[in-house]
Amino acid sequence: MIPYAPLIVLFPLVGFLLIALAGWKYRSERLIGIVGSGVVGLSFALAVGVLLEMAALPSDARSWSVDLFPWIDTFTGTAGSFGISVGYQFDQLSILMTLIVTGVGFLIHVYSIGYMHGDEGYWRFFAYLNLFIFMMLNLVLANNFLLMFLGWEGVGLCSYLLIGFWYQKTFTGDAGKKAFIVNRIGDFGFLLGMLLIFKTFGTLEFSAVMSGASVMTAGTSVAFWIGMLLFIGATGKSAQIPLFVWLPDAMAGPTPVSALIHAATMVTAGVYMVARCAPLYALSPDALLVVAVIGGVTAVFAATIGLVQNDIKKVLAYSTVSQLGYMFLAMGVAAFSAGIFHVMTHAFFKALLFLGSGAVIHGMHEEQDIQKMGGLKKYMPVTWATFLIGAIAIAGIPPFAGFFSKDEILWYAFSSDLGSPALWLLGALGALMTAFYMFRLVYLTFYGKERFDHHHVHPHEAPKTMTIPLMVLAFLSIVGGFLGVPPALGGGHIIEHWLAPVFAPAQRTLMLSAHASHTAEYILMAVSVLIAVGGIYLARRWYLEHLDVPDSMAAKFAGLYRLLWNKYYVDEAYDAAVVKPIQRLSDAFLWKVFDMKIIDGAVNGSGWLAQTAAQWLRKVQNGVAQSYAVIFVGGILVVVSALLFF
Amino acid sequence: MFSSLLSLTIFLPLAGIVLLLFMKNDHLRAARMTGLVVSLATFAVSLALWTGFDVENPAFQFVEKVAWIPSLNVSYHVGIDGMALVLIVLTTFLTPVALIGTWKSIRHRLRDYTMMVLALEVGMVGVFAALDTFLFYVFWEAMLIPMVFIIGLWGGQDRVYAAVKFFLYTLLGSLLMLVAILALGFYASQQPGGQFTTDLTVLLNVGPRLSAGVQMWLFLAFALSFAIKVPLFPLHTWLPDAHVQAPTAGSILLAGVLLKMGTYGFIRFCLPLFPNASLEAMPYVAVLAVIGIVYGALVAMVQTDIKKLVAYSSVSHLGFVMLGIFSMTEEGMQGAIIQMVNHGLSTGALFMLVGFVYDRTHSRMIADYGGLAKVMPVYAVAMMFMTLSSIGLPGLNGFVGEFLILLGAFRSVALGSVAYTVVAATGVILSAVYMLWMYQRVFLGPVREGGKYHGEFVFDLDKREIGSLIPLVVFVVWIGVFPGTFLRISAPAAKKVVTMIDQVRRGDLPRVASAGTSQVPVGR
Repeated sequence: MIPYAPLIVLFPLVGFLLIALAGWKYRSERLIGIVGSGVVGLSFALAVGVLLEMAALPSDARSWSVDLFPWIDTFTGTAGSFGISVGYQFDQLSILMTLIVTGVGFLIHVYSIGYMHGDEGYWRFFAYLNLFIFMMLNLVLANNFLLMFLGWEGVGLCSYLLIGFWYQKTFTGDAGKKAFIVNRIGDFGFLLGMLLIFKTFGTLEFSAVMSGASVMTAGTSVAFWIGMLLFIGATGKSAQIPLFVWLPDAMAGPTPVSALIHAATMVTAGVYMVARCAPLYALSPDALLVVAVIGGVTAVFAATIGLVQNDIKKVLAYSTVSQLGYMFLAMGVAAFSAGIFHVMTHAFFKALLFLGSGAVIHGMHEEQDIQKMGGLKKYMPVTWATFLIGAIAIAGIPPFAGFFSKDEILWYAFSSDLGSPALWLLGALGALMTAFYMFRLVYLTFYGKERFDHHHVHPHEAPKTMTIPLMVLAFLSIVGGFLGVPPALGGGHIIEHWLAPVFAPAQRTLMLSAHASHTAEYILMAVSVLIAVGGIYLARRWYLEHLDVPDSMAAKFAGLYRLLWNKYYVDEAYDAAVVKPIQRLSDAFLWKVFDMKIIDGAVNGSGWLAQTAAQWLRKVQNGVAQSYAVIFVGGILVVVSALLFF
Repeated sequence: MFSSLLSLTIFLPLAGIVLLLFMKNDHLRAARMTGLVVSLATFAVSLALWTGFDVENPAFQFVEKVAWIPSLNVSYHVGIDGMALVLIVLTTFLTPVALIGTWKSIRHRLRDYTMMVLALEVGMVGVFAALDTFLFYVFWEAMLIPMVFIIGLWGGQDRVYAAVKFFLYTLLGSLLMLVAILALGFYASQQPGGQFTTDLTVLLNVGPRLSAGVQMWLFLAFALSFAIKVPLFPLHTWLPDAHVQAPTAGSILLAGVLLKMGTYGFIRFCLPLFPNASLEAMPYVAVLAVIGIVYGALVAMVQTDIKKLVAYSSVSHLGFVMLGIFSMTEEGMQGAIIQMVNHGLSTGALFMLVGFVYDRTHSRMIADYGGLAKVMPVYAVAMMFMTLSSIGLPGLNGFVGEFLILLGAFRSVALGSVAYTVVAATGVILSAVYMLWMYQRVFLGPVREGGKYHGEFVFDLDKREIGSLIPLVVFVVWIGVFPGTFLRISAPAAKKVVTMIDQVRRGDLPRVASAGTSQVPVGR
């Protein structure tokens, strides 16, 4: 146990409060930038300290949890009633995620100092960013589901606020709202999942739930439903089918936000959650199969859309959806550490690519259409070089980072007891398209003819606060993979060893058999390198050498092209099938008919009835003596006749 | 010690009314200051209740009992448990906040208006403190009168329709309740050695022993009255009208406190007095509660008037509270109690915020706005904060209640199906839809040209307005992070009623205390 560890979470909160409460008044960019980046840097430094101390401990002492104060509780003291504390869990997995969040987060904070320079909402931006880091740390360090959910929704809030950061534009508000609501649909699943977990295990603390899971019989429907409900949450946060629709729109936010939240950290929360719940998922191979299939299909599906988009950030967004699919594919075949490894390498190269695209957009005076770029290599050499490194990394060319993590996933998709050649094929197809669309992006942006208007656009390199983070991330994209060199290539696979104790219980439950031979692994490795090279070659031929091919292809397969260009019309379909009908039902029927006509009709009707009845009845008491006499006599007649005849 | 502290809390606002009698309607400042000082003093006294309250003691505390109509055994009998305490402090807290928040909104007959608000406070606190069913009824009805005047005299264009509708709806329910109160007293006299009484502490031993049929009609009579107040679907249609027409302070107190009198009534009277009937009615009430959650949210979504949107959202939120109560679990009950407070804070705040902008532009139509965040940034932040509280963002107050309620309903053995929870949980999605959509249309996007306002004429919140929001913000965060402060107080009360219902459900009748003579410790 390391007593100062919870401070990691505290610093970004302090930063947020300082900037939010004082920043609007003292609008010093310098001070805000230093405080905002500084607190995240401090957290990172602390996390490194914790990592070093943790590594020095024996491997069975590397996991501990601290409760700080009671949070939501019935406080009735009844045995079995609900109660949970705010508490944090430090172990090999959570500290790794913490390092990614604070490390990449710090770089992006520094980058933002330059990127957001001169913006009216500079202080607001850093306040949101600090709040995001705080929430994200709660998400990854929580020792129970409920606090994780606080982080989970908290990062969603920050995402909403940051997507809509430039709130005076119409579409940013739409995009932010869409992100929040789609995430809430996922959270609905997460919430119900938590309820089912509490009902099943009587607690929401990770350690207790996981040890409960390790003695449960596998294959029950409860285990399946817990897995599915949590996974619904993951599809929302991590933009998988069917809830991926918010992420491409989220690019309306400032580019550092896209890099930090919508590529490197927040969107991987779903992957982390599945990894955290590995012992639960191990109880239900069916649930794992669903995870794997959704992941694999999303990886291909999103990549196909990325093939034809022209907005530099949109391409990267669909690429992110696709890469997240790979991570879930890994989870689904129980290659948990491979998935987390890919979370890490992806954080490096995708943050790099997004920040690079930000530098391009910055240098091109807010232009995002790659058809209006070209030949930027000579204007922004650092951006070009680092972007190229990122592209090579994601395409999967050895020895760059992406190669090792993606290849490991493909290998497990093929060889694991839970995997299959079909899953491998999905992954391989996705890899081919990834290499293609990334280099399409590289060629159209940095090579070839300059297609922008020289009179209005003067491309220039970004300032140092922006290029230095690019260089650091480029370095990490090159070397990050060495943490996971597989034994087949003579490596020790440091990540897998480090994480092994975390995933050991799940692996024990699953009892998977040993891997196939090294030969098969070498063959698949060679195939995936060939695929990557093939994709790059194709992009080069079409977008650098034979520029007429794409247009003729688009004309030839016009229907398919339109389908991809319009993103399979998913947004339109959701709108027509869900959004519009609910709105119309609520407005035209529930409110205007049921509420106003039927219920209120009854209310007003009874009022009317009472009034009308009173109009009649009051005539009885009209003060005219004769009419009283008539009624009087009539009454006597009735009584007398009743007495006589009955 | 301070054996009359509770009565002081109830009746202190009367002192303000007396003072106001000597003022004129055009002495604006004097009337305002009197209202504020008196309501703040009441709040201070209620805090003394808080500090003097013994959390460990599950019995009623600060009990006072004075004979009132001896021939009928009716007495002025007041006392509080944790639930009542929390709601009383909510009331005494919201009253001065509402007065500050609407400091300049009312100019017409201000003295009378202030008197009405203070009279309302007496009624509200009295309702939560009464331990005699007749006394409860008196406070219940007494509170109706100032509210009707507040809506009918200081309201909007259709204020008379709204006031009459509110009055008739409520009266219909409460008359049946009066009949049931008398009937219950009569049944008490039928018990061996019993006599006619309206003393709740005695009746608590009578009600559960009545036959199922008798329990059911008494339950229904009480429940109708409470359900109208909550309001439980489909008895809610008075609410949007009343809210839209009421002046801001009226809306704050209506949403903040009055609605809770209904849910409070269920917990205080319906459940412990008629446990068998409650269990029998449970699935029906739970279904109506769940319908209310979804229905209220869907109808809120399509509103064009911001205030009406908030009003319909109340139907949805109170549906959660009802579901929590009728889950008959500790989680659900505690969640319901804290959710009553939460709804009071966040919906009260939302009504106040709507009032702020109405004071400036005289429009509440969403279509008249757009890009308001640029013109009134502080206001936009405040509205976002309260929106997040209202939609149950974890870390703020709303989540605590919603989660406990959903958990209670989910694990409730008595409800026996998770379907209630699954449908209710869609409310979590829908609340985000209607609030964020409204927020987007009002605050985001380009500043609307030719709308009801022009940038240079609309000022951001002033110090007084911000000051009236700060206490609300503090409690929203406090409950979100340290809900224990409040949940600990209400825990014994919640546990007591849940345990009792559970015993009945399992077929063990509740403990039989010696009827008529049960004495409860006073204070501490």
